[in-house]
Amino acid sequence: MNSLVLQNATRALVPLLLVYSIFVLFRGHNHPGGGFLGGLLSASAFVLYGLAYGVRAARRLLRVQPLTLIGAGLLLALTSGCAGLFLGRPFLTGLWTGVTLPEGSALGSVLFFDLGVYLMVLGAALLTLLTLAED
Amino acid sequence: MLLMAIVLGGLFAGGLYLMLARSITRVLLGLVLIGHATNLLIFTAGGLVRGRPPLVPAGQTEPAAGYADPLPQALILTAIVISFALTAFTAVLVRGTYQAAGTEDSDDLRSTDT
Amino acid sequence: MKLLLVAPILIPLLTAGVTVAFWRAARFRAWCGVVGAAALLAAGGLLLAATAGGQVRTVQIGNWPAPFGITLAVDLFSALMVLITGIIGLMVAVYSLADVDIPRQRYGYFPLFHILLAGVCGAFITGDIFNLYVWFEVMLMASFLLLALGSERAQLEGAFKYVTINLISSMVFLTGVGILYGTAHTLNLADLALRVPEMMDRHGHLVRACAMLFGVCFGLKAAVFPLFFWLPASYATPPAAVSAVFAGLLTKVGVYALIRVFTLVFGSIPGIYALILVVAGLTMLVGVLGAVAQFEMRRILSFHIISQIGYMIMGLGLLVSSDPGVRTLGLTAGIFYIIHHIIVKTNLFLVSGTVRQLGGTYDLRSLGGLVRAPLLSALFLIPALSLAGIPPLSGFWAKLGLIEAGFLGGQNTIVIVALLTSLLTLVSMMKIWNEVFWKPAPQDAPEPAEPMAPGQWAARFIPIALLAGLTVLIGLFPAPLLTLAGRAADRLLNPAAYISAVNLHEAAVAGLSTTQISEDKP
Repeated sequence: MNSLVLQNATRALVPLLLVYSIFVLFRGHNHPGGGFLGGLLSASAFVLYGLAYGVRAARRLLRVQPLTLIGAGLLLALTSGCAGLFLGRPFLTGLWTGVTLPEGSALGSVLFFDLGVYLMVLGAALLTLLTLAED
Repeated sequence: MLLMAIVLGGLFAGGLYLMLARSITRVLLGLVLIGHATNLLIFTAGGLVRGRPPLVPAGQTEPAAGYADPLPQALILTAIVISFALTAFTAVLVRGTYQAAGTEDSDDLRSTDT
Repeated sequence: MKLLLVAPILIPLLTAGVTVAFWRAARFRAWCGVVGAAALLAAGGLLLAATAGGQVRTVQIGNWPAPFGITLAVDLFSALMVLITGIIGLMVAVYSLADVDIPRQRYGYFPLFHILLAGVCGAFITGDIFNLYVWFEVMLMASFLLLALGSERAQLEGAFKYVTINLISSMVFLTGVGILYGTAHTLNLADLALRVPEMMDRHGHLVRACAMLFGVCFGLKAAVFPLFFWLPASYATPPAAVSAVFAGLLTKVGVYALIRVFTLVFGSIPGIYALILVVAGLTMLVGVLGAVAQFEMRRILSFHIISQIGYMIMGLGLLVSSDPGVRTLGLTAGIFYIIHHIIVKTNLFLVSGTVRQLGGTYDLRSLGGLVRAPLLSALFLIPALSLAGIPPLSGFWAKLGLIEAGFLGGQNTIVIVALLTSLLTLVSMMKIWNEVFWKPAPQDAPEPAEPMAPGQWAARFIPIALLAGLTVLIGLFPAPLLTLAGRAADRLLNPAAYISAVNLHEAAVAGLSTTQISEDKP
């Protein structure tokens, strides 16, 4: 699709969507939001870019393969769940450092779990959508 | 409660009707409808409470009596995410079947039947 | 201990993560898949050691107290199932090195395989009925993708039927969970075991409806009569390694769930076991009659899965008896049967993949003369005879236990059906034996495949030989496994240990009244 309006709007919207997805990720600590929504939002940014400039350009923008993202996200989420195990607590127990982050979020293992979910959702959504758009 | 029961019945009936169709796209739509019906059923079975969120007021240790049960909503949220993924996969599968077999009529998809 | 209890879920998921993240490195990915499966086997062994005396080990995920958080509860039955999953996982992972082609491996065969194992293990060790649903979905999602991987037409058709039927059964499951939560206000299995018998007076009809919904859902997954029709249509389409792991594990998760839920939660419903017994008899008979009519090797084996499921369900149905000795013996034999069947059936599917490799097809009419591969012939004969229940193989002891329990319990009809099914199983195994191995190769037979490279040969034959050896070993020395199965059955029939191990929050046990507020509303 070669639409000037769409391409220009995309240039403005993609950074906005990406920043907003991070905001939603942090906000998920105490409010609606979280890794799943954030991941979907950032996936929608890449899909929008793909609509405006073509799928290959979107893949270049992403730099890494969606599969790598899924793997990294899965590993990150699992490792953060294991953190409690080393301190003798059950799997997935939340550990907190006491550091407060913007949007009422707090630095702890749960945040890394959410980040893992974010990466996984981003990877999985892009894997399906980009593959579908290619053929 | 009665209204929810009627809505649920309608959704289940519509979903089942679509699933009995020969076109596999309709089967997919039927699955989606039944999925919604199931989620609403969990919601209704968990008890309908209006305007009493399960929040602990400041200075107390438990919410006021008669609060809405938060668990059914958590269950539904999980179920929605799962059914989102499954529906997406099934849509891809329907498309793949259509491309491989050249038809979406389930009467023609019999090569694996006995 | 806390690490060990989550290990059956954690190890496969970690393996899946690593194999996805390094998806470019083909050799590394494949060996990682095998090592992960071996680690799962080790975890299964340790779990068995931790529960062999009949202990129940539990852990609360995220340190939330039961029944509010998710409980993982491992008793002897769960540990046995996890161990056998590890064995099958390792054998099939090795076999896939030779059987699954490179494009399929590139599209994520090993990660999906390990996610499947995680789902299966999760279903075995969870102590929460909604969590059971989640693990079912994890397992199903992976199995859908494995089934469709490769996108051949027959595969997609089979996959569509499989997906549709399984989605319906998931909806049925979820409906049951919703109604159960609406009446009992808990999802923890141990908590349900306490509350459901109390609810029988006031909400008997709702409890019965829930039991039927769960019965239909698990029955669909386990492929019992009359809900089995999807199984032969889909199991005969993917590569042999995939159908072997499906045949060995997936239906057995349904059987496990049936046994767990119908002993722990719904055992107090009158007449439920009699119904299960009737279903068991019909499943055996219809499955084996379907097999006799088939001429495609994997379809015959698929129909035999159905008839064998009947035997396992028969172990559950024999709880209809009031004699505690018969009850324990029946359930013991049922558990023994599950383990025997997983080993044997996986092995037969692996053999069928090698037959395909040597003979070029699965169709009995175009196969023949494979007796020129004497090792393969012998390795087919062992599990085939074990499936039919010929002594001294593992199937003999499993069937002997069931038939003895049936006679002692006075259920002569089901015993006759079981014996007849056993005979027909032997007939159809001999049909494969004659057609594939002894008959001279027909004129229109496909060209024999090229000789296998030594590495390929080893990857195919070592798992088959080890599984066959396991069948013989269990057959010759059944006592240790029988003792373990007996203890597991005993724990299932006396769930007090399971319930107290879950360590329910006091407020939940005492405070039935506070949680039943919404029930009094119109």
